[in-house]
Amino acid sequence: MIPLIEFRDLYKLYPMGDTVVHAVDGISMTIYEGEFVAIVGQSGSGKSTCMNIIGCLDVPTHGSYFLGGKDVSKMNDNRLAEIRNKMIGFIFQQYNLLAKLNVVENVEVPMLYAGVSKSERRKRALEVLSRVGLSDKIKNLPKQLSGGQQQRVSIARAMAGKPKLLLCDEPTGALDSRTGKEVLELLQEIHKEGNTVVLITHDNAIASKAQRIIRLEDGKIVYDGPAKGAPKQVSVEDGGEA
Amino acid sequence: MSLRQSFLMAIKNIMSSKVRSLLTMLGIIIGVAAVIVIVGLGNGMETYMTDSFKSMGTNLLTVTVLGRGSSRSVSVEDMYQLLDDNPEYLDALSPTVTYNGTVKIGSESLSSSVTGVSEDYLYMKAYEIDRGRDLSYIDMENRSKVCVVGSYISKEFFNGNPVGKEIKIGGNTFTVIGAMAEELESEEGSTDDCVYIPYTTAARLSNTGKISSYTFAVVSEETISESKAIIEEKLEKIFGSDSAFLVISLSEILDVMSQMIDIMVTVLAGIAAISLVVGGIGIMNIMLVSVTERTREIGIRKALGAKQRNIMSQFVIEAATTSALGGVIGIGMGYMFSEIATRVISVALEVEMKVIPTVGSVMLAFGISVGIGILFGYLPAKKAARLNPIDALRYE
Ligand SMILES: Nc1ncnc2c1ncn2[C@@H]1O[C@H](COP(=O)(O)OP(=O)(O)OP(=O)(O)O)[C@@H](O)[C@H]1O
Ligand SMILES: [Mg+2]
Repeated sequence: MIPLIEFRDLYKLYPMGDTVVHAVDGISMTIYEGEFVAIVGQSGSGKSTCMNIIGCLDVPTHGSYFLGGKDVSKMNDNRLAEIRNKMIGFIFQQYNLLAKLNVVENVEVPMLYAGVSKSERRKRALEVLSRVGLSDKIKNLPKQLSGGQQQRVSIARAMAGKPKLLLCDEPTGALDSRTGKEVLELLQEIHKEGNTVVLITHDNAIASKAQRIIRLEDGKIVYDGPAKGAPKQVSVEDGGEA
Repeated sequence: MSLRQSFLMAIKNIMSSKVRSLLTMLGIIIGVAAVIVIVGLGNGMETYMTDSFKSMGTNLLTVTVLGRGSSRSVSVEDMYQLLDDNPEYLDALSPTVTYNGTVKIGSESLSSSVTGVSEDYLYMKAYEIDRGRDLSYIDMENRSKVCVVGSYISKEFFNGNPVGKEIKIGGNTFTVIGAMAEELESEEGSTDDCVYIPYTTAARLSNTGKISSYTFAVVSEETISESKAIIEEKLEKIFGSDSAFLVISLSEILDVMSQMIDIMVTVLAGIAAISLVVGGIGIMNIMLVSVTERTREIGIRKALGAKQRNIMSQFVIEAATTSALGGVIGIGMGYMFSEIATRVISVALEVEMKVIPTVGSVMLAFGISVGIGILFGYLPAKKAARLNPIDALRYE
């Protein structure tokens, strides 16, 4: 079986003056379809950088990244846009809804770029919105919704294009613990329906809901295994300077 | 994503900040309105001029004998010979003698113009006889003291029935044989304030006795230049010099003047069009600001799968729509100002000159404004399309 995500000795380097920051420092890993993976690590450990590469928003400096068996590490801007549109649903910490569009229109945006017809777009948008329990808010603007509701809209938007992979960067980071839990439950349900979910968090309680945890430190993987029995925190001394 | 979709998105964005959009469009609005009014003015001027020339007769060629550089002179017979020799070009001829005698009716003196003409003159000018008869060949032969009067004299002094009445011209008594139909408004000093007498009579009464001006009517206005050349050739033969005479064609003068108006309008419209360019720069400026403001939106759209050309077309179409909308408002303003200008001209200058915007200028102005939107929207759009999605998403 071909892995959905495969990193092969992948590096992301940022030159900073005379030195070079190793944001991702030689990572190799594979994630299969249907997994629920949490990527954890301290601030600055390279989670978001990894995430951007997985999400085809950024390309690695060295190494290869295979998404669904295709090497996307050398693709140009437009090809990456197409892949993002077809394969990946994004859920951001800051929701990132378009402020001038109402809820349904926001959900329709990825399908707009996929060239889905107007009636089909509306139909699918309403479907996913009812799925996240927002059927009564479809004409609202994002600013007229609570944070939890906005995040549910962004989940609906991520799901509307039926992508294989749901990428969530700190999806509960801006929510209180109760709404955070609701959002997490929604993600778990989506996972149970057969979707692949990759979630970034630094909250161990949330990470423990995943099947598998990948812990990063200074751009390197320090733990990769089942969530149950994962060490709560790798000591700072072991990983060297933070 | 369809064009219609991008267009609707652009309209939505323009409407969401109306004041700003209007200010953005201002340069285009002013430019388009100015071009339309200027072209309309030129158009009106040309129409006005053509109309007034037409009433003077664009089918006519005027020959003035100056006698400079030549001892020979031309006779009336020579001229009639010229007419008879060229029936395919020349239609009719009238010697014209301006007579400077005062016109007196009863005890009242008039400033009417008195012209000695042939029996064909009124026909050549397409003047109509309202009452009585036209001058005839017999009148020329007999040097009769008869005259045809314009409608001003006829109405003002004879209650519209002057035939058989007498008037005095330069002390000689003339019998009115006909009255002309009204040409303009029968006002004093207008074309209706005139007296026509046989040219033979006029020549004898005037001091010199010489005839120094002739008017030819041509068969067709199309061949007026050829006709002119024929006359010039013949006269040059007679005089042995080309500076002894002058052949003037009203339609040629009209052509030259129209051309001058065209040049003037083009230059002025060109100057006005600079405002369109300034307007375009205004649009570019606002679009650049807008791209910066909407960096995050662009980042989100790119993350969700917008390609460079999607972003590109979104911004270009927005710029073009803004500009086109400005163009439409400018066209409206142009029509409004043209209407106002027409009224102002008629009140201030007492001239019935209509400022008529041409369809061509309206379409051109609209086309240019859309073009300018696309041209000046291109750079900001390119900048937006090239944004790196991660940087754009991080942008606060
Ligand atoms: N554009 C950039 N230029 C230079 N250095 C960068 C850039 N982006 C990230 N880095 C560096 O790469 C390292 C990893 O950053 P990253 O954003 O991936 O961390 P993170 O694990 O997501 O942290 P956090 O939990 O705070 O979001 C950091 O040291 C950061 O300073
Ligand atoms: Mg991060």
